[in-house]
Amino acid sequence: MKQQQLTILENQPLAPGVFRMQLQAEEPIPAKPGQFLNLAVEGCYLRRPISVHDADGNIVLIIYKVVGRGTQILSEMTPGQALDALTGLGNGYDLRDSGPAPLLIGGGVGVPPLYLLAKQLRAEGKAVRVILGFNKAEERFCEEEFLALGCEVAVTTVDGSYGMQGFVTAAMDQKPYSCVYACGPEPMLRAVYRACKTGGQFSFEERMGCGFGVCLGCPCKTITGYKRICKDGPVLRKEEILWED
Amino acid sequence: MINAVGLQNPGLEATIREELPKLRKVFHKPVMANISGFSIEEYRTVAARLDQEDGIGWLEINVSCPNVHGGGMSFGTSPASAAEVTAAVKAVTTKPVIMKLSPNVTDIAAIAKACEDAGADGISLINTLLGMRIDLKTRRPVIANKMGGFSGPAIFPVALRMVYQAASAVKIPVIGMGGVSTAEDVIEMMLAGATAVGVGAANLIDPFACPRILDTLPAVMDRYGIENLNSVIGGALDG
Repeated sequence: MKQQQLTILENQPLAPGVFRMQLQAEEPIPAKPGQFLNLAVEGCYLRRPISVHDADGNIVLIIYKVVGRGTQILSEMTPGQALDALTGLGNGYDLRDSGPAPLLIGGGVGVPPLYLLAKQLRAEGKAVRVILGFNKAEERFCEEEFLALGCEVAVTTVDGSYGMQGFVTAAMDQKPYSCVYACGPEPMLRAVYRACKTGGQFSFEERMGCGFGVCLGCPCKTITGYKRICKDGPVLRKEEILWED
Repeated sequence: MINAVGLQNPGLEATIREELPKLRKVFHKPVMANISGFSIEEYRTVAARLDQEDGIGWLEINVSCPNVHGGGMSFGTSPASAAEVTAAVKAVTTKPVIMKLSPNVTDIAAIAKACEDAGADGISLINTLLGMRIDLKTRRPVIANKMGGFSGPAIFPVALRMVYQAASAVKIPVIGMGGVSTAEDVIEMMLAGATAVGVGAANLIDPFACPRILDTLPAVMDRYGIENLNSVIGGALDG
């Protein structure tokens, strides 16, 4: 974990209520695929955890959805303004499990963290297939970015207005895969978990107090005991997940 | 901030076996152990066991827990039950005992005095206030537990007032805490009678809150003409 002052280079709408923000630090920003930043937002007491979309040296990209006051304030910030950030948080995805043909599955704002993962898996020469799930056509984003990496991309929409109609699971069995990497709302993760025929890594979203493991505000019961989503997660391995009803 | 995190911990034996050795690797001075219990017997058992641990400097006793044998009322809400816990712990340990008081009471001074009379070596306050928020969309409490512990800068004036009241009532040291986030807050707490000051919620926002407060303290002392922090302790108390 590092505490860094980030300067906003760009903050643009990407889809309705979804923004893409580019940030720059004076020093390299630690950011592995699946890790997150915890941003101090002026006027909000607790920080806002946002996953890393892409990172390169001193630059980091985030894609976030406006869901409350904190993200609303973020969306109104302009280039040149600064954000205090805790960086390099969370365990991130483990690329060593990917096998030759990993399948990356993202739903809504669960899509962004898969981008840096796809980029690194592609750099390792893996045949990366990506399923991006959205509610409807106008909410979709990032399809071209994954295509540009050389990934095979399937888009699903719940209402069928773009790509394949249905949930992300509808596209899972189009081709065999060696490992699943997923991020999205919990109902999606559950469905993917049930349909998954290989090993997998699932990234969970949770409200957090601190984001670095000390407040114990985001505990999650797993096969191997309680884990903190912020510090021991947000990525859990398929075999350790315990779904609670 | 409102939390219902509770008092998650690995238990007495696992703390001694795993947590204390880990702490010793990064922190070489004695540490404080905070103890909570749902019965007098639990407080006694844990305190007696921790008394044997060299790495533990003193015990802080959280009396904000409900007494399962006393109708669920928290030990900290009456002078008599707070004194009972104090005496039970003091009887099984030679380490200093600090009683951590709940602010959710009608007369904090009486409770502080009862702890002192029962042998407490110090008191610390305040624990979190009981708070609640309701989600306008769902019309249900935001916290799954309905209510939770309210902390952060918003509670500082309440904490300061209670430190002042408690410090007026006892001669033993008072550790002031509750919403402290700046060097100015530290000095204000000390003026209200605190001999030491604790920082909680601020660490969650800024993991470097404590070093930052320590760094800025000398300049703030200079600004208010304070040469030695000891000189301000209780400075705002009458008499």
